[in-house]
Amino acid sequence: MLEVSLQHYLLVAALLFAAGVGVIISRRNAIAVLCGVELILNAAALNFVAFNRYAAPAGRLDGQVFTIFIIILAAAEAAIALAILLNLFQQTNTVDVDEADTMKE
Amino acid sequence: MDIDFGTIMFFALAIVAVVPAFMVVLARDIVRVAFWLLASLCGVAGLYILLGADFLGLTQVLVYIGGILVLILFGIMMTSKDPLHEKATASGKRSPVTGLVTGALVFAVLAAVIVGVGFEENKGVSGGEPTTTKLGEVLLTDYVLPFELVSVLLLFVLCGAAYMARRRREDAHA
Amino acid sequence: MSMDTKTLVDWVLGSDAGFWWRFAGVAAAWALPITLWVSLVGLISIWLERKISAHIQCRLGPMEVGPHGALQTIADGVKLLAKEDLIPDGADRMLFALAPILAFAGTFVSFAVIPFGPDLIITDLDTGLYFLAAIGSLEAIGVIAAGWASNNKWALFGSVRAATQVVCYEIPMGLAFVTVAAVAGTLSMTEIVEQQNGMLWNWYLFRNPFMPLAFISYYIASLAECKRAPFDLPEAESELVSGFHTEYSGMRFAIFFLAEYAAMYVVSALAVVLFLGGWYTGIAPVDKALAASPLWGNVVGALVIITKSFALIFVQMWLRWTLPRVRLDQMMHLCLKVMVPIGMFVLVFAALWQALLPYAGALNGREALYPTLGSVTGLVVFLVLVIGGWMWVRGVIRATTSYKTANYRT
Repeated sequence: MLEVSLQHYLLVAALLFAAGVGVIISRRNAIAVLCGVELILNAAALNFVAFNRYAAPAGRLDGQVFTIFIIILAAAEAAIALAILLNLFQQTNTVDVDEADTMKE
Repeated sequence: MDIDFGTIMFFALAIVAVVPAFMVVLARDIVRVAFWLLASLCGVAGLYILLGADFLGLTQVLVYIGGILVLILFGIMMTSKDPLHEKATASGKRSPVTGLVTGALVFAVLAAVIVGVGFEENKGVSGGEPTTTKLGEVLLTDYVLPFELVSVLLLFVLCGAAYMARRRREDAHA
Repeated sequence: MSMDTKTLVDWVLGSDAGFWWRFAGVAAAWALPITLWVSLVGLISIWLERKISAHIQCRLGPMEVGPHGALQTIADGVKLLAKEDLIPDGADRMLFALAPILAFAGTFVSFAVIPFGPDLIITDLDTGLYFLAAIGSLEAIGVIAAGWASNNKWALFGSVRAATQVVCYEIPMGLAFVTVAAVAGTLSMTEIVEQQNGMLWNWYLFRNPFMPLAFISYYIASLAECKRAPFDLPEAESELVSGFHTEYSGMRFAIFFLAEYAAMYVVSALAVVLFLGGWYTGIAPVDKALAASPLWGNVVGALVIITKSFALIFVQMWLRWTLPRVRLDQMMHLCLKVMVPIGMFVLVFAALWQALLPYAGALNGREALYPTLGSVTGLVVFLVLVIGGWMWVRGVIRATTSYKTANYRT
């Protein structure tokens, strides 16, 4: 009989992480890249919760606390990233990450 | 029936989390990208709940879907050049093949490690106990310093984002 | 009385029944009752709205179908069902179809944790209040999807306005939730109601001098969450045709419409549960007699909670047909510069009151307590707010030129 184990959760998290990496690499729209970052953060958070459920000593919730901090920081990161993007859009009229290379030249 | 309800729920939620995540890579329209992300986040919230972390699952819905996703959608609307006519414009992508190949490589490495180490002995899906009270206690005892730091950080982020996103005076003259 | 709270995972997994049995059980045990009740609430409150608006405007309203037009809504529903389901040219078809479902789902699921009586609750989650706050945020997404997918200028403006408003007013609403949670020491809905057992002044509305403020701030925020007047600028007819559902017709429009009225019931029932004593009548001997028999306790309890909710819905309608619409900047100003500071103030001082006064610890007991100081000051503050507000509104109305120049026949 098939039983769900920690491994299954870790594989799901790995798939989410891979999808996030794929998004970051293949997208040029900065907002889509932000979506990829959110996927990666979710993968990490899912790992924390799964390890907390299966591997932590009974009664400890440290993994869940870490996930709470990840969610909070993701919210902060999204707010700042979008503020930066709005500035970028006002300056260059685009949110293409390849266009935002004026520091390089 | 030899597959129990928890297992079915796990696979259903895993599909809800993973398939939309790959649609985020493949979708053409940037608004669609955001909505596939919504589905994926819902799936992850469901997995949290299945893992007995009900408070986290609800926090995921509240913060990600009620907050971050709405922010992202606002960002999309404010940065698309002509929302009413160019809606289906490409969300700016190179070929998704590069992304998919890299993703597959990353997944191969991770999966090899996970399967190699073998986490199979920890099994079962079962009911959990309420976590809300305990989380509150832990946050205000063991983790009180990070907790306070994060609240200060959020205040900075609030002010910083409001400052950066404000309309420039110069723009009004230009 | 079943007072056991459940965690979410227990709710999802439940007993060891087989998959299909559980599926059927879930559908029969809570999807069906909720569906029936949502439809009934929709029918009644849409009829009520038409009658109330008519009487406020010195008309009769619908009179033809059924006694006093009571079946008019059913006739309208049949008409909407039979109407052509239009999808505008250039719309994003997937999102267009998804939007009403998203907007409706949040409201629909909220009914699962709202109690009707001591035992009449579909699932008494130990995180009930937080669940409601989380689920409520789905609506904003549905509205944005509707506006965007319609490929229509007015729909897009309406949806951006709606999303701004819903996201903004979640903050004062959440602060009111947290205030109640801090006073109650629990997030479970039945537990919160249980603690308001006893006489009228034991309700959370009067529990301490800050709760009336929390209630008023919750009520204003709930008006904005439901997009009701004076906060109906997302669907302002005179500016935006009808906002985010401009392009919707037939069944999809009916779903949006139903979701709007169901949301009115949800916020009203929540106000009743959080502040107005839930299924308790507020007269301690009556409640005690009712609680003795589970049947009468539940039947009368359900009647009480529904009556109180519809009283609040009546106030919402009354406000809608009385007050003019606010502007967008006024809406933001009210939320961020008035209600959020008030909410913070109320939260801090209610928590301090709870922590510093000696009877606070006893509140977790099941026995009805009469924390006299809190109730007395709470009642006084409530009366001052109500009478003061009434005098102020009256003063404003009397100071307007239209009042002075109007020619009344008495």
